[in-house]
Amino acid sequence: MAAEDAMPLLAVRRLGMRFGGITALDDLSFTARRGEITAVIGPNGAGKTTAFNCITGFYRPSSGELSLTRPDGGSYALAKMPGHLIARRAGVARTFQNIRLFAGMTVLENLLVAQHIPLMAATGFGILAILGLGHYRRAERQAVEKAKSWLERIDLLARADDPAGSLPYGAQRRLEIARAMCVDPVLLCLDEPAAGLNPSETAELGALLLRIRAEGCSLLLIEHDMNVVMRISDHIVVLDRGRKISDGTPAEVRADPHVIAAYLGEDDESADDLAPEVVP
Amino acid sequence: MGLAYALQQLINGITLGMIYGLIAVGYTMVYGIIGMINFAHGDVFMIGAFLSLIALSGLASLGITAVPLALAITLVFAASLAALYGWTIERVAYRPLRGSFRLAPLISAIGMSITLQNFAQVSQGARVKPLAPLLPGGLVLTRAGGFAVQLSWMQIAIAVTTVFCLGVFTWLVTRTPLGRAMRACEQDLKMAGLLGIDTDRTIGVTFVIGAALAAIAGLLFLLYYGAIDFYIGFVAGVKAFTAAVLGGIGSLPGAVLGGLLIGLIETFWSAYFSVQYKDVAAFSILAITLVFLPTGLLGRVDVEKV
Amino acid sequence: MNARGPLADAFLSALIALGLFAPMVGLETHVGAHGIALAPRPLAVAALVGAVFVLRLAVRLWQARPHRAAAGPGAARARLAAALGGTKRFLIPTLLAIAVVMPFLASRATIDLGILMLTYVMLGWGLNIVVGLAGLLDLGYVAFYAVGAYSYALIAQATGLGFWSCLPASGVLAALWGITLGFPVLRLRGDYLAIVTLAFGEIIRIVLLNWVSLTGGPNGISGIPRPTLFGLRFTMTDGPGTFAGFFHLAPSPTHRVMFLYYVILGLALLTNWVTLRLRRQPLGRVWEALREDEIACRSLGINVTTTKLTAFAVGACFGGFAGAFFATRQGFISPESFTFMESATVLAIVVLGGMGSQLGVVLATLVMIGGPEMFRPLADYRMLIFGLALVVMMVLRPRGLVTERRPSIMLGAAARAAPLALAAEEVG
Repeated sequence: MAAEDAMPLLAVRRLGMRFGGITALDDLSFTARRGEITAVIGPNGAGKTTAFNCITGFYRPSSGELSLTRPDGGSYALAKMPGHLIARRAGVARTFQNIRLFAGMTVLENLLVAQHIPLMAATGFGILAILGLGHYRRAERQAVEKAKSWLERIDLLARADDPAGSLPYGAQRRLEIARAMCVDPVLLCLDEPAAGLNPSETAELGALLLRIRAEGCSLLLIEHDMNVVMRISDHIVVLDRGRKISDGTPAEVRADPHVIAAYLGEDDESADDLAPEVVP
Repeated sequence: MGLAYALQQLINGITLGMIYGLIAVGYTMVYGIIGMINFAHGDVFMIGAFLSLIALSGLASLGITAVPLALAITLVFAASLAALYGWTIERVAYRPLRGSFRLAPLISAIGMSITLQNFAQVSQGARVKPLAPLLPGGLVLTRAGGFAVQLSWMQIAIAVTTVFCLGVFTWLVTRTPLGRAMRACEQDLKMAGLLGIDTDRTIGVTFVIGAALAAIAGLLFLLYYGAIDFYIGFVAGVKAFTAAVLGGIGSLPGAVLGGLLIGLIETFWSAYFSVQYKDVAAFSILAITLVFLPTGLLGRVDVEKV
Repeated sequence: MNARGPLADAFLSALIALGLFAPMVGLETHVGAHGIALAPRPLAVAALVGAVFVLRLAVRLWQARPHRAAAGPGAARARLAAALGGTKRFLIPTLLAIAVVMPFLASRATIDLGILMLTYVMLGWGLNIVVGLAGLLDLGYVAFYAVGAYSYALIAQATGLGFWSCLPASGVLAALWGITLGFPVLRLRGDYLAIVTLAFGEIIRIVLLNWVSLTGGPNGISGIPRPTLFGLRFTMTDGPGTFAGFFHLAPSPTHRVMFLYYVILGLALLTNWVTLRLRRQPLGRVWEALREDEIACRSLGINVTTTKLTAFAVGACFGGFAGAFFATRQGFISPESFTFMESATVLAIVVLGGMGSQLGVVLATLVMIGGPEMFRPLADYRMLIFGLALVVMMVLRPRGLVTERRPSIMLGAAARAAPLALAAEEVG
């Protein structure tokens, strides 16, 4: 799967981001290839989430380019697109470090909101549907089917009608991933999906992500849990203080002295996580 | 004549702006700490004006007519009783709603505003209450083409009082443990609480200080315009809030700066365009500022947390 | 929560009350010949201070009652919710039935009150779209009410058209104003939006007050045409073209009042119907999603600004309809009817009812509008009580009267148990 010649999907070129006097990202370049799981790791404050927010359109980068290859061979310049179009046109979906579900709405409703764009078109932008016209019913049935198929995959079908906020933490994480997948993305960006999960939930998460990859969606992943990262990633980018310090396969990164130094310099625990014995 | 007229407007505008600035400080402090628009703040200002009127009338009937003494007593009386109002409002209408959902305190504040307005109307009557000028006359700065630019004693008194109060206030916020606690709560209420700051008390004190400043503004308003009624709080409150937003909500110097700007805009607009639309001018400035400069003039740049 | 004993606490409260009331209530300012004179009112102060003492003591004793630990407030709330859920099934048809037959049984004054309450119900339902569903805090809703009313009055004056022809125009104009205002300001944070909408409401009122050549200024516009029933006029004669004449009834002023009642009932129900329908569709669902989390919406490709704009426009449109109705009912409008108090009242109805709950709006209107009407003999004290009631109700029930939310779509147990072929295939 981790073929070296896989097509580049997302190219980050010389990305820079400054907040006032603080440089959060400095000249960051890397590539995420189609059909791969690319992980971005690094100590706290390395700029991982900032990079994510630039890619998904929540921040406008101070400098640099972000280009996403289109199916027809052209590319989207993500840094110049309005935030919502990055998800809608370019097909980049994301989850959040601190889960952002529509907590008061049901699980099913969360997944339907994610399919808002096609549904809204089917309602004639709200006008026809009030009058009961348009092919809205069919569109809604399809949307519900899609939601159900995802609920089955994440094992939440039985809780479809419960408020999303009432789910246990691990289930909320899975639901957020399913919601992002309902956008039909080409690139799914996950911000620490394993944070706060227990070991068995983490294992399930790994399986889910591998399945998403197998179905053709590429993944970009920020994660602190080195077990997960080393086991499922095809390609790892290591950041430290806003710069890239290493880039390669899990085996290459693990052996890179820069990486070990950065983690040891930061805190010992993470360095232990990185230690070589954790191989699937 | 043109320049002299403009100079006079500048003086008048700054005077009015100081009154708005004093009220705006209360809005910006409360917003900075608990992130709510204290809708009743304008009505505390109105109560302060009534308390001042009652004190001045009472002192006059007791025969205390030395103006500086009467003003000093009135100021302390109005500020301390308005502070009691501020504390009670927070305790009764806002504290039980802390941590409740976002709109609840705002609705409660609107209810409090209606309550105070009607309380003043019921207890003091709906008629406009006039006050004879305490400090007539003033300095003639310059004469040009038959137009005398005048700086009245009253305006000087207002400026001196405002600067003095803001000085005391600044000292309180920057140099005392109480001020440190307030600033800590403003940065992060929850964290401040974890570090052992009595956040409830700090918030209460914030309301007390804000209310006292608003009452002083009420006294100055009464002296400057010589007439008050129960409705002055609403308009002055909205304008002072505009001032706080214009200056950058949460920023104390910003509130004063915003107050001065709103006072100047309103005065110049009335002088050169139309008195009827002066409020429209102030409100339009508010909308334009928010759209093009959401953090205000001196506000912190807020990076959206994702 | 409080270390002091109930008695000490009540005493302290009374002391604070003394500070609050002694000058404001105890010394009334009178405009006399020689400036302001003070009239002392010690009895009023004593009564208020005494009342605060008793009230505080009662609250403390109530809080300290022994069985409180066994059945906490949570249990009480759950019981209340269950009771409400049970009665809800009967409550809605009952309320509707009462609303429909009421004019035939009640006095004219009661019908008038009904019209007033239904106007507020309609405004509440309209604002509920903006505040309750989309979570946009609008403090200037009265602006759209005013735009609707003045649009109808001015169009009717200029063109001679009647209520029914002008009604759509009023709604559309209000919606256009909503979009014009909303476009620049809907990107703002919640509280800023609140204050800009408040400013907008005031701007509209000041313009109405001062643009005398168009709006008549403080004198307002009078002689606004009354609505007709398919062209039948309601007059005090029974000539041709009148309601009484056509149906061979004795002319009576009650006919018009009853007709107006049914017009506003119809308009309100239309608002409700559209809202309920929209709620079950993508647009309404995304409004609610916006209220829950705007950032998540953006990450799903939803254009947050246009979505807010639709909510604002739809809400404004219903405000405009209500305004046109208000104009035709009164026959006279002036800026006095469109003050901030109206916006605050409607917002209070929505929040007190429970954000997003249609039934809540009705219940809150009964309390907020019906209540003060009952206090009308108290005249000056009415609004004072209104304000206090608002505070007390927020403190007691910050989330409103009706807090349960009905999902816009349900999968249901049956659908869950039998996964469809499509799903099974994909999972493979």
